[in-house]
Amino acid sequence: MATVGEPAPILTMTGISKQFPGVKALDGVDFRLFTGEVHALMGENGAGKSTLIKVLTGVYDVDEGDIVVDGTPVCFAGPLQAQQAGVSTVYQEVNLCANLSVAENIHIGREPRRFGAIRWGEMRRRSRRLLDGLGLDIDVSAPLGTHSLAVQQMVAIARAIDISAKVLILDEPTSSLDASEVDQLFRVMRQLKEEGMAILFVTHFLDQVYEVSDRMTVLRNGRRVGEYATRDLSQLDLVSAMIGKELAVLEELEEQPRRSLATLERDRPVVEAADLGRKGAVAPFSLTIHRGEVVGLAGLLGSGRTEVARLLFGADRADHGQLRVDGEPISLRGPRAAMSHDIAFCSENRRTEGLVADLTVRENIILAVQAARGWSRPLPRRRQDELVDRYVQALRIVPANPEALVGQLSGGNQQKVLLARWLITEPRLLILDEPTRGIDVGAKAEIQRLVVTLSDGGMAVLFISAELEEVLRLSHKIAVLRDRRMVDELANDDEVTAERIMSIIASGNGAAPSEDGPPPSDPDMVVIRKEV
Amino acid sequence: MAGVIRHRFFWPVATLLILLVSNLFFSPDFFAVEVRQGHLYGSLIDIVRFGAPLILVSLGMTLVIATGGIDLSVGSVVAICGALACLRISGLGDQNSVLGVLLAVGLALGLALLLGAWNGLLVAQAGIQPIIATLILMVAGRGLAQLITDGQIITINSSPYKLIGGGYWLTVPFSILVALVVFGFALLLTRRTALGLLIESVGGNAEASRLAGIHSRRIIFTGYVFCGLCAGIAGLMISSNVSSADGNNAGLWIELDAILAVVIGGTSLAGGRFSLGGTVLGALIIQTLTTTIYSIGIPPETTLLFKALVVTLVCLLQSRAFRAKVFHRRPMPPPAQPDRQQEPKVEVPA
Repeated sequence: MATVGEPAPILTMTGISKQFPGVKALDGVDFRLFTGEVHALMGENGAGKSTLIKVLTGVYDVDEGDIVVDGTPVCFAGPLQAQQAGVSTVYQEVNLCANLSVAENIHIGREPRRFGAIRWGEMRRRSRRLLDGLGLDIDVSAPLGTHSLAVQQMVAIARAIDISAKVLILDEPTSSLDASEVDQLFRVMRQLKEEGMAILFVTHFLDQVYEVSDRMTVLRNGRRVGEYATRDLSQLDLVSAMIGKELAVLEELEEQPRRSLATLERDRPVVEAADLGRKGAVAPFSLTIHRGEVVGLAGLLGSGRTEVARLLFGADRADHGQLRVDGEPISLRGPRAAMSHDIAFCSENRRTEGLVADLTVRENIILAVQAARGWSRPLPRRRQDELVDRYVQALRIVPANPEALVGQLSGGNQQKVLLARWLITEPRLLILDEPTRGIDVGAKAEIQRLVVTLSDGGMAVLFISAELEEVLRLSHKIAVLRDRRMVDELANDDEVTAERIMSIIASGNGAAPSEDGPPPSDPDMVVIRKEV
Repeated sequence: MAGVIRHRFFWPVATLLILLVSNLFFSPDFFAVEVRQGHLYGSLIDIVRFGAPLILVSLGMTLVIATGGIDLSVGSVVAICGALACLRISGLGDQNSVLGVLLAVGLALGLALLLGAWNGLLVAQAGIQPIIATLILMVAGRGLAQLITDGQIITINSSPYKLIGGGYWLTVPFSILVALVVFGFALLLTRRTALGLLIESVGGNAEASRLAGIHSRRIIFTGYVFCGLCAGIAGLMISSNVSSADGNNAGLWIELDAILAVVIGGTSLAGGRFSLGGTVLGALIIQTLTTTIYSIGIPPETTLLFKALVVTLVCLLQSRAFRAKVFHRRPMPPPAQPDRQQEPKVEVPA
């Protein structure tokens, strides 16, 4: 196997240009990838990272430029051809079949056969061996959907490398993984690198880039800014290369003052959950959110953060406890009921639970307001345009074309569209579930700043994020979840650190961890049965 | 020019025109329309007139398909409504009593609404897959129609009832007027209110729509009720045109023609975006095709095959992947993607 620094790259792209209606997505981009390296492709949302990958794998065809793989000029007609030539891609959103077994997913389309019949035993054995190699010990005959997202991601990688890939493209593989799962993934990546695989890695987590990559290429606005060895480029230099701004501006973004309860005037809570819970989702919890307060939810993936949000929004019905809005007990029959109490919820999963890809930006933005008005009272077109234009500008949604289909926007811009949808409902409680996941630094800072502005204006915000630094920076108060229980609630001040929250997550703060389902509630507590 | 070709109605309109023009070779006066005894006459008029029931059924089908569903039971609803109306009228002392006919029509349409509501309940409330839920009424409905007609063909002789499917009003065939009114009503209902947007949202992503506060179930339910009503009106038209009700054969296979019309009109079977105008075009194409088959004298035993060929051709012409393969000289045709892209590809200059 070749080593790093050898003259002939396994993959060379020269002068790649790609034009979309109204947008030059790529403009003369050069890119090189060597065997035995992890190469990070960096850039803001809309910088052209995804387009470059799609051009490479044949999802889009090239307008100009050449692609050479292993010395042969290529022009793939689609991902399948690319795969056959040794270029495999694993996407951010797992593109496997959740209803098929793990083994079937790995071997789909190339099942081991004898006399035309599939050899199921052999298939399972091979899958087990393959996953063992990645340090993954799971039931390969269980449906893929029963495993966590992280495991699904690993299975996708296993599938990709099993098709004897020379080039492995990982597009945002870590955005839905927790810390230990990321470590596991990186171990696998290093192992593959040792074996001579060329890995192209796209992520928004800067720390991860420095942890795992050897070199990086930075894109901005469809152009290549440069190619660097990771150890030669400081994190700040990288960020300024990505967003093309002065360092001072960046530092200012980073240095938002720590917020604490002391600075907040607390009157009657907007929303008060007393012993609210749902069997199998989250154990009964109590939480109050005041006007102008940002409450952060910390916890691992699957610790019940999203479930808390869904109960507060009525996306799932609580079967325990009581919810009060402005002191009035209410029962939420569904999202619409929550909306009538001015509660809004930006869900974590933009694609399946947030946006309607087929509709335009305008239609997606007005959807919630229109739903609240009912079908018979359409929002007048002039009012729609006014609202949409205002938020497209305020949130800097790109492209600034309200009639573009939402499915064509980049992740960060989709997130902004979802935010806009709920902001125009003028909520009093805004629930944000992982609003900054999978989006770039610039957009992330914008959204963080927006949260601060909104709460200063009196909006109550429930902020859910896997990034503890972000939660610490924005929240007045932090609730910690573990194993589907709320185990602690802390007022945020200088003494609260990421380490302390992490140790609470790890230890459960004395509360007995429960393996399956919520434990019986505290007998000393008065349980108010939910009235319907 | 490129703009014209890329318009979503280009291929349906082109197909329709080609079909119409090809008729000229067989009957030179095909395009002639004249007023005879105060009535509009002509092959074109006939196409619209006989196509009216299909247009109605297809309009209803469009909304159901847009919610992500399908309604296989429309043929049965056609038969049931025709049967019920004819049964009531045949029991009248004076079959020409306007009031009696109105009552019978009202009753039949009421039943159509009920049948649509039944489908809607099964799909939206019980959560049964649309194809199965409506299959129930498709099969059982034929039996119901037989029960109503007692297994016989009910023949009536009522001039007020005859008006619906076979009469004229202000020189124009009444059925065309009815189809126009329903089309206009559906357009207003979906595009002047927010109903169209909500339907497209639910069809595009039901869970996201629910979380945006849309009562998805109500929207879906409404779609099936509207579809039932449209099928009911079509049933009245068909039975009125022949002054009889045939529980066995009225509206047989009309669901397939209607689904085809919707697809030809550019509405995706996956739900979401829909086009009522496209559906009307699609229904007209299918009716023109039927008429053409008769007028150019294709042997009856091959008509179905011929129809299938033309429909296949139309669908191929509308398929982007197919057009790219056949009409583009570029080395690599665009791959089959999950689609919905507003095709950046076609306008790349060669």
